[in-house]
Amino acid sequence: MKSISILAAAGIALLSSTAAFAGDVRIMWYSDGVEGQVFKDLIAKFQKDNPDIKVTVDEVAYSTIKEQLPVQLAAGNGPDIARVTNLKSLSQYWLDLTPYLKDAEFWKKNYGDQLDWMRPDGSNIIPGFMTQITLTGGFINKTLFDQAGVAVPGEKATWDEWVAASAKVAKSQQVPYAFAIDRSGHRITGPAISYGANYIGKDGMPAPLDDAAKKYLTQLIKWNADGVSDKDVWVSASGTTYKPAADDFINAQVVMYYAGSWQIPNFMTKIGTNFDWVAIGSPCGPAACTGMPGGAGLVAMKDTKNPKDVAKVMDFLASTPIAKEFAERTLFLPSNKEVVAGGLDFKTDNKFAKEALNTFVKATTTTAPEALKLPGWKWSDTYYGALVSRVGQAMAGEMTADEAFKRIDSDIAEKVKAAK
Amino acid sequence: MKANGLLSASQSVLMAVVSRVMGIVDVPLRYLQRKAGQNGMAAFFLAPNMAIFAVFVLVPFVINFVYSLTGGSAIFLSERSFVGAEQYREIFACGNYLDPNTCKQDVFWIAAGNTAAFVVLQVSLMIVAALITALILNREIIGRGFWRAVFFFPVLLSPVVTGLIWRWIFQRQGVLNAVMQGLGLEPHDWLTERNSAFFASIGVSIWAHVGFYTLILLAGLQAIPKDLYEAAQMDGTSRSRVFWRITLPLLMPNLIVVLVLALIRAVQIFDEAFVLTHGGPGTSTMYLVQYIYETGFASELRNPGLAAAASILMGAVLVVLTLVQMAASRRSEKKGAR
Repeated sequence: MKSISILAAAGIALLSSTAAFAGDVRIMWYSDGVEGQVFKDLIAKFQKDNPDIKVTVDEVAYSTIKEQLPVQLAAGNGPDIARVTNLKSLSQYWLDLTPYLKDAEFWKKNYGDQLDWMRPDGSNIIPGFMTQITLTGGFINKTLFDQAGVAVPGEKATWDEWVAASAKVAKSQQVPYAFAIDRSGHRITGPAISYGANYIGKDGMPAPLDDAAKKYLTQLIKWNADGVSDKDVWVSASGTTYKPAADDFINAQVVMYYAGSWQIPNFMTKIGTNFDWVAIGSPCGPAACTGMPGGAGLVAMKDTKNPKDVAKVMDFLASTPIAKEFAERTLFLPSNKEVVAGGLDFKTDNKFAKEALNTFVKATTTTAPEALKLPGWKWSDTYYGALVSRVGQAMAGEMTADEAFKRIDSDIAEKVKAAK
Repeated sequence: MKANGLLSASQSVLMAVVSRVMGIVDVPLRYLQRKAGQNGMAAFFLAPNMAIFAVFVLVPFVINFVYSLTGGSAIFLSERSFVGAEQYREIFACGNYLDPNTCKQDVFWIAAGNTAAFVVLQVSLMIVAALITALILNREIIGRGFWRAVFFFPVLLSPVVTGLIWRWIFQRQGVLNAVMQGLGLEPHDWLTERNSAFFASIGVSIWAHVGFYTLILLAGLQAIPKDLYEAAQMDGTSRSRVFWRITLPLLMPNLIVVLVLALIRAVQIFDEAFVLTHGGPGTSTMYLVQYIYETGFASELRNPGLAAAASILMGAVLVVLTLVQMAASRRSEKKGAR
């Protein structure tokens, strides 16, 4: 009898892990900073008012979202809702929430500007909403600049000027590296566009790497070879592995760090008052001073067994008061237009965080049109993946920059061919 | 006495249960034997094992092979197009097999080269390390049980834990560099320099598995009759001669087992090396299983067909190694019989 009970319990556990019961909503969530806790608080509020719907939040690493979620979705075993950054390339898996929403017009009005980022080309579905809008940009350790007596470059300073100034600081303060940039194709694309790069061909398909992109990437490889940029980030990994340099910046191991607005709450929590950290926006290249827009979206899955319950959860999370609370507590830039229009009272006394938020809001005005197109472009992730793996190999000395450029073009062409 | 009485009582209960069960199954089994004959009964008893083998080995192998003949990024076979041997042609499209840069799938050949180098170095160093450790632990040393546990302990660790521990040791701000700086030495970028990252992955792998192979060799050493050593001692044979003429030949069957097991495991290297180096710097510690994983699951646009073809090729290498093991075992058994 006992063994039968054990078997029954095991069976139920197995079923619950693979299939949703009516009233169950499973959310896959990753966090950059404190937003996981905020999100769970908001879900608790939802649960209080909707006891008939059981919401489970599975907190996972970002790499799980990047590497495992696509496979789960392809196999039809995904969660009901997920927080995702590669919104466009996986858009065939998203559910059209339109028939289930309380007021689809509210969604179109408030989240409409980014819906194309998460829709298949030519579609008008409402699959979800952006939990935050992000913009890539740099941060510096101002304390190190002050201690070194090096002037902080001005607003229109170029990449070369920023890296040169950071190198002076690093040398003076015996910091291992002057500069770090995340191991990510998205991250290096802002600077590449500042140099004049354009990835999209006239036919809307991926264009071969242009001279401007090659010029920036050559410079990036050289900074790495010269020991100016943080080798640990790009060289100590292979393939398309994503690797942030945030911990090196937090531990004052680099002077300047190029990441994005999503790091503000992380730095506020982890750096605290250990040193003065300042957001600098995006350094300039010959063509622009642009960062890359992006963000994370919460999307519903086509394979869900409970679309009505999923829509109820999504309606709640996208509602203006909840989106406002989420933005104010996480210090994320909101995408809900009503929230933006109503103004925000970010819940922080940290002056560095407040100044950084203002810097990023200001930097949105200099975002290049080429950068604005990429979040809604189907081939962005293919391009980013080829850039990361081959530039990483060139930095490790396995191939020359020219060989890497040829491989990037052939890798992208091959993937386009394979997708047909 | 009381304990023995209790044991007898429980044994009696057990025997009663067994005999009752046997009584129940006896009738249908007798009937089956009459119908199926002796060979049929053998097949009947083998069936559960064969079913498990089929479900967990044979069927996945066949499915994998079918995947290797299909193209596209879809997961379900029904959504994939048949491309024949295209994935194999992709892999073998090379100007010069010794120069991966001339190959269409250059990373596959880099990973294959890395794996070959890893296997040769790791297996030879592992066997030497396991042999030395076993010889030491076979002697009457103080705290022998403790030292045996110390060497075996890493085998019990999860490969991910092993990789993380050593990553914290080797990373730029890790324990090793802190110790070196404490000794007045220059710190070294262990995981961002090609050779040191490669040797770090070998060292960590040896550390993680040497205990298991030591145990096999230790069992072999303890099975060698003591009187052979006593006779050698009486004859005044030198220690090195005893090792080369008695210990090593009699340990050979165990060494062959260790060699083949270590070879097969080394070809499959993935988890601890992946956590330790992520395949870097560049692709210098990317081994075949990581290539298969990245191609099939982790890249921006997955290619399960190519990953399946690569795994079939790797499987072929493992089959060859297994055949070598079987041949070597048979030879060793024959020698023993003579």
